[in-house]
Amino acid sequence: MLAFILRRLFQSLIVMLSVALIAFAMFRFVGDPVNQIVSLDTPAEQVRQIRQSLGLDDPFLVQFARYIYNAARLEFGVSYQFRLPVISLLGERAPATLELAFCSALFSLLVGIPMGVYTALNRDSWLAKLFQAISLIGISLPTFLIGILLIYLFSVTLGWLPSFGRGDVVKIGSWWTTGLLTVSGLKALILPSITLGLFQMTLIMRLVRAEMLEVLRADYIKFARARGLTTRAVHFGHALKNTLVPVITIAGLQLGSIIAFAIITETVFQWPGMGQLFLRSVQNVDIPIMAAYLMLISFLFVSINLMVDLLYAMVDPRLRATVGAH
Amino acid sequence: MSLTTPPVAASRWARFRDSDILASFLKSKVTMAAAFVVLMLFVGAAFSPWLAPTNPFDPASVFLSDSMIPPAWQDGGDPRFILGTDDQGRDLYSAILYGMRVSLIVGGLGCLLAAVIGITLGLLAGYLGGRVDSIIMRIADVQLTFPAILIALLIDGVVRGLFKNASREDTAIYVLVVSIGLSFWVQYARTIRGSTLVERNKDYVMAARLVGLPAPLIMLRHVLPNVIGPVLVILTINLGLAVITEATLSFLGVGLPPTQPSLGTLISIGNRYLFSGDWWIVAFPGVTLAALVLAVNLLGDWLRDALNPRLR
Amino acid sequence: MTGQSSSVPVLSVRDLTVEFVTRRATLRALDAISFDIARGEVLGVVGESGAGKSVTGSAIIGLIDPPGRIAGGEVVLSGERIDNLPPEAMRRIRGKRIGMIFQDPLTSLNPLYRVGEQLVETIRTHTDLNAADARKRAIALLDEVGISAPERRIDGYPHEFSGGMRQRVVIALALCAEPEFIIADEPTTALDVSVQAQIITLIKRLCSERGTSVMLVTHDMGVIAETADRVAVMYAGRIAEIGPVRDVVKQPLHPYAKGLMGAIPSLEGDAERLVQIPGSMPRLSAIPSGCAFNPRCSRVFARCHVERPELIQVGDRKVACHLYDMPESLRGKAEIAA
Repeated sequence: MLAFILRRLFQSLIVMLSVALIAFAMFRFVGDPVNQIVSLDTPAEQVRQIRQSLGLDDPFLVQFARYIYNAARLEFGVSYQFRLPVISLLGERAPATLELAFCSALFSLLVGIPMGVYTALNRDSWLAKLFQAISLIGISLPTFLIGILLIYLFSVTLGWLPSFGRGDVVKIGSWWTTGLLTVSGLKALILPSITLGLFQMTLIMRLVRAEMLEVLRADYIKFARARGLTTRAVHFGHALKNTLVPVITIAGLQLGSIIAFAIITETVFQWPGMGQLFLRSVQNVDIPIMAAYLMLISFLFVSINLMVDLLYAMVDPRLRATVGAH
Repeated sequence: MSLTTPPVAASRWARFRDSDILASFLKSKVTMAAAFVVLMLFVGAAFSPWLAPTNPFDPASVFLSDSMIPPAWQDGGDPRFILGTDDQGRDLYSAILYGMRVSLIVGGLGCLLAAVIGITLGLLAGYLGGRVDSIIMRIADVQLTFPAILIALLIDGVVRGLFKNASREDTAIYVLVVSIGLSFWVQYARTIRGSTLVERNKDYVMAARLVGLPAPLIMLRHVLPNVIGPVLVILTINLGLAVITEATLSFLGVGLPPTQPSLGTLISIGNRYLFSGDWWIVAFPGVTLAALVLAVNLLGDWLRDALNPRLR
Repeated sequence: MTGQSSSVPVLSVRDLTVEFVTRRATLRALDAISFDIARGEVLGVVGESGAGKSVTGSAIIGLIDPPGRIAGGEVVLSGERIDNLPPEAMRRIRGKRIGMIFQDPLTSLNPLYRVGEQLVETIRTHTDLNAADARKRAIALLDEVGISAPERRIDGYPHEFSGGMRQRVVIALALCAEPEFIIADEPTTALDVSVQAQIITLIKRLCSERGTSVMLVTHDMGVIAETADRVAVMYAGRIAEIGPVRDVVKQPLHPYAKGLMGAIPSLEGDAERLVQIPGSMPRLSAIPSGCAFNPRCSRVFARCHVERPELIQVGDRKVACHLYDMPESLRGKAEIAA
């Protein structure tokens, strides 16, 4: 088990290093840091000095190592457009994005899994067909269009829910802000969470359905039925558990893409999160923010991947055994 | 050693006719409806210069005084503009036809680029194996963990950072095509690599190698025709995704500029006027985009099931 | 039900027909088959794959999945008709009165549950035992099927058992509610040759101790010859011949059964006697008219092409072949006429 963890850690490290290399290449070669500091009439001698003081004349590997060292201390440089340290910009927006992602993930799991199970068990009912149709539309409609539609329905026409912002937020500790503790904050979360979670929900529903249908054909299900176990026990004791094991993996990975997809939702709902910041940095070619966001997102992805793998190994006894043996 | 010949092209039509494909197509009303919608929209996009009453890209035919006119059947509507006009006085119906054209061109070219990159890398990885294979596949694995939209955004930002001085109007389309192409190649590469690994060890490839044909020729002439089948399915499924990606990038303001609007740009413009009750600017392009993507996806789903139920 | 005399068969199948409805056609997987199994009797069912052996088992226990369905006939368990019971009543019979052993022990146990969990679950479904007593019972059962250190092994996961050991667990699961009848569907096919005999002996011993009847589906004639009391030879969804195992194995009547018995190598016999049946069994969608075996039969004659042979009594057994539907003196002549 320890060897397995170490191997996965090592693989994650390799991924992080290659992402860091890309981030560094962006940082170093796409946006020349010096050009952002100096103006057109800065004397050439001064430019040279600045280059030297920033270490831009050092060998590539030295610069890369310095970049990684700084990144590990969460120092990603200064934003070109805001003239502020990137990490503080990202930090003050992180709670908004993470709360949104958490609520959408919860929504997509709590709605997607039961829908998937239902459609697998009642394949021919009209409700299952309706769910299937909804899922196809959910996968085909672009996220931003869903957001616009929801805003038009619930904000513009009905006036029930706010269409932008986080509502009132409460400060917890030194930097975390939460919208989960106020009524307006909770109301503001509803539409963005559904918008962001809908795609994942349909994905999870389809996945659960396909996986469950596969499992229901398995011999051990037929044997369980042949032993006279109740339908309930067969479906929810045996089939569901076996269905959910692979679903954990995908759902975990989906959590990562939820954070990335938040870029779109945050734009539609003017949600003050990291995604919006990232988008503005892409529009303005603010390389330090882009690079830092890339590193941060990758770190989240890699950590989630790692946790999912470990969780998987804990749930599935077969894997636990092979993992232990290695 | 016996020579097994690769499947002959002449029998393809016969196979198609006898297979379940045609039958399943004719049986599924949904698929036929989707095919009809796709056909209509493709024709509309292809012939937009002739079908559209006005050219929304021609400043001489657009008047600001015509801006924000609601659809013809509403109060204040103007029969010249069936679906109303946008904030610059462009006829929405024309703008949608032209915008769909732009969306499909960008999406289609992006898909093709992705296919070319993916097929090339997949062939190389599968045929050459070894270090080439592991490097390509490692890159694919890493990229696959990130959503395409994030990669497209990053590439978009990087490319625009590299070509700072070029005007956005000129480069936008290319930037989008490259972003989409580089975001979607992985699936092609993995599929092609998988089937190349199988084909590589078949007798006819062995024979070609023994005869001394150069590797590139073997890959192109002998392996490629036998592994290209699933690409069509992936292309169809990815076209919907590519169109969505283009629309999303344009909506986010990093795609096509308002001067050459795609469906996404139109929606983005319309979104600004949603609260003033001018719903049509966002609604019609939105419905068109949704119908296009839904229909393409339905076709793709059907194609996948009909051709190869095992493909995921 | 004390009134039952031993003459009432444990299982009686009458004209059982199973159909699979597909897009193109309705396929008949079982075509009006009938047989009885007496108390404590072991009926062997043999035939090539696709002959309908497994479908018979699934139909009896009520587990034919759509698009398949029982299209006719009846299944009577100890005098009570069960094929038309509502699903919940049928469920109570499964496991409790009819047990089933599947072919592949590697896939018939749920990999995510401990062996004991699966046993206890089944026991508690069919009895009023509490968890602790059910566990004791499970341990006793594991001991009985020959698993050493059952107190410890009961908490193992299926993947920790070898194939033969897993099949013992499957047998324990099938027997845990003391059913009166067991369907063993190719119980040894997936196992190593070395453990096949052990498993067969185990099934035979446990069932004879309990007086349980067995329907043993297999395509291994050797197993049948050793284990079964009677044997049914199936071909293309029908019974070709059914009778006491000694008669059918030693002196098969139906040309197909002859071929099948000829295909068993015997230790004392010479190798040249090994016969092969030419051709292969027809697909369900292309069963020839008349006798389904006619394209492969060496003794085919005119009537075989037009008329389906019914089972007819010949001595102790029944056989579905036109050859036996005529005076013995004519048999040779009919073939010449063909």
